[in-house]
Amino acid sequence: MPEAGNAAREAILRRIRKANAEADAGAIAYAEIERGYQQAAELNATMLVELFMERLREYDAQVHEAETTNVTEMFANVLTANGMKGALVAQGFPRQWLPKGFAWNAEASADTSAMNRAAGAVVVCEVAIAHTGSIVVKGSRRLTLLPDRLLCVVREEQIVETVPEAFARLEASAKDALTLISGPSATADIEMTRIRGVHGPRFLDVVIVRS
Amino acid sequence: MSIRVGNAADAPPFPQAAPALLDDAQLRKNVRHATDVITRKRALVVGEQKDWQALRSSASAIKAHTLRYLDDYLVQFEKACTAAGGRVHWAADADEANRIIVGLVRQYGGREVIKVKTMTSDEIGLNKALEAEGIHPHETDLADMIIQLGKDQPSHIVVPALHKNRQQVREIFMRTMGLKELGDRPEDLTAAARQYLREKFLRVKIGVSGANFLIAETGGVCVVESEGNGRMCLTLPDVLITVAGIEKVIPRFRDLEVFLQLLPRSATGERMNPYNSLWTGVKLGEGPQEFHVVLLDNGRTGILADAEGRQTLHCIRCGACLNTCPVYRQTGGHAYGSIYAGPIGAILTPQLFDMEHAESLPYASSLCGACYEVCPVKINIPEVLIHLRGRAVRERQSDASEEAVAMKTMAQIFADRRSFEAAQRLGRLGQWPFVRDGWIRRLPGMLGNWTAVRDLQPLPKQTFRSWWREREHKREKERRDA
Repeated sequence: MPEAGNAAREAILRRIRKANAEADAGAIAYAEIERGYQQAAELNATMLVELFMERLREYDAQVHEAETTNVTEMFANVLTANGMKGALVAQGFPRQWLPKGFAWNAEASADTSAMNRAAGAVVVCEVAIAHTGSIVVKGSRRLTLLPDRLLCVVREEQIVETVPEAFARLEASAKDALTLISGPSATADIEMTRIRGVHGPRFLDVVIVRS
Repeated sequence: MSIRVGNAADAPPFPQAAPALLDDAQLRKNVRHATDVITRKRALVVGEQKDWQALRSSASAIKAHTLRYLDDYLVQFEKACTAAGGRVHWAADADEANRIIVGLVRQYGGREVIKVKTMTSDEIGLNKALEAEGIHPHETDLADMIIQLGKDQPSHIVVPALHKNRQQVREIFMRTMGLKELGDRPEDLTAAARQYLREKFLRVKIGVSGANFLIAETGGVCVVESEGNGRMCLTLPDVLITVAGIEKVIPRFRDLEVFLQLLPRSATGERMNPYNSLWTGVKLGEGPQEFHVVLLDNGRTGILADAEGRQTLHCIRCGACLNTCPVYRQTGGHAYGSIYAGPIGAILTPQLFDMEHAESLPYASSLCGACYEVCPVKINIPEVLIHLRGRAVRERQSDASEEAVAMKTMAQIFADRRSFEAAQRLGRLGQWPFVRDGWIRRLPGMLGNWTAVRDLQPLPKQTFRSWWREREHKREKERRDA
């Protein structure tokens, strides 16, 4: 690190210590921070999934329900309905869920420009949040961004009700690249009119697999 | 050290800047529409969040705690980020931050950078510093693009171009993108931006971002956005440079569970914004392989030293106070002369300057308290405004000024019951030439400053104290008589 950088570092830290002494900021322990907000779930399993689906739909996401026995069928339907002949597949995605008759290419095999040309991507999530209609994807940051349609599989047991529950589950992945996705990319920068699909995928399909 | 907050040091005082903006009917219409829509959406999603007040309290407590141990948390962040492959730089002021960033861009041989919306880079004037070195910054947030291409100034923290309507945006895009045809529906304009930027996202090798949160525990960074332009800049380039104010650090990963519930609901009236990106240092084969964080002071430690003012540093830049402010809603953001407009700007800008500039801003408020009520981190903005008005007066005023002498005399009179009551008697006698129909509408001399903007009720015939004394006398007499 250059000398000047060190000088600034020391100066800033010194000023912070002096400022805290001047302002006579009392001690506030981290453990004593009150957390009176809702942390635990209150809904039963059925209501939880209902809420998650409702919130997703409000973001203009397409929601599909499947059983473990017919996930492949569901996938085939979604692709066919959207005129897709295949998609890029995220690392770690269960191959047995992919229907035959489509071109599936691995994430690792695609460079940025191939991803940019791809019609769609299929991924799994780490956890999903019903309260906010969000899915959290670990890694695969370019894959969930460049293709125009993102298909995400959410297993029922991955859905939690609250944001704090999700962060508790994510604790082990805290240092990984995580993306919270809530609906397709959107903007309201022009006259506050919400427009779907600016730079990210214009379409988000979520397949919920009931256990 | 030289503090810079955009061009605020050279901006005219608020009372001088506001009238022209108040005459701009189109601007006022645009601002009113945008703030109405966000305010309505916010009210809905805040109303449904049953634990909203508890979340606000926790957020405020986390921020207060973090500021108290800011030195430790910054060092912890630096250590964790460095261990994860990032490089941390410290900048005492705007120029130092710009020097570091320009130096990095040159070191990597970049002639262009793609930028995610960052108010901090506007604060330090980064674009100007890059351009001076022949480096072209591309703003990629739709609103920031409108501002950059239209050579305009941001007027809102979250929606910087809310003062422009669709026709105005269409005109800017057609002119600067060289388009022969373009519709004026927001869909058309958004599609034009997508097409214009996609090639740049794929080509430009250096990204510049701000940060919503720096996580001390993990060394991670969180960026909150909607369009996906942020994710493009954060993941596609080879090099990423993040500039963040030192107050952006939070202690732990789990603290995001509080802020990520408060920020989107407050900022855009959404339960969650479309994209939140979290990353830590460098991951082999995933995202930028060179990552730098520039930690910026630029006046923040000065604010930290002020016991009343330091809560300003809780701010998470949601913009809710702007949308609800009756002053901002009339003038829009440009009247504030700073990239930080509205109530938060009125306390942040002058404090960053240690009250050397922008000292008219604490007066650009009716003190109605709406900003405090909507603030997701409970910054008592009216309290800080009054505190800063006090500072401005104390620092501006010499002891010999007419006002200072008057105030000192008044303080002496008010301190003693007899002289106070004598003054009231004098006032009652002296006021009669000015009373018309039960109101005083014009006073002479220095007192005229008061009546120039508001009418005054005359002193009543009897004060409460004298009424009470009379009443007690009467009772005493009645008791004696009985």
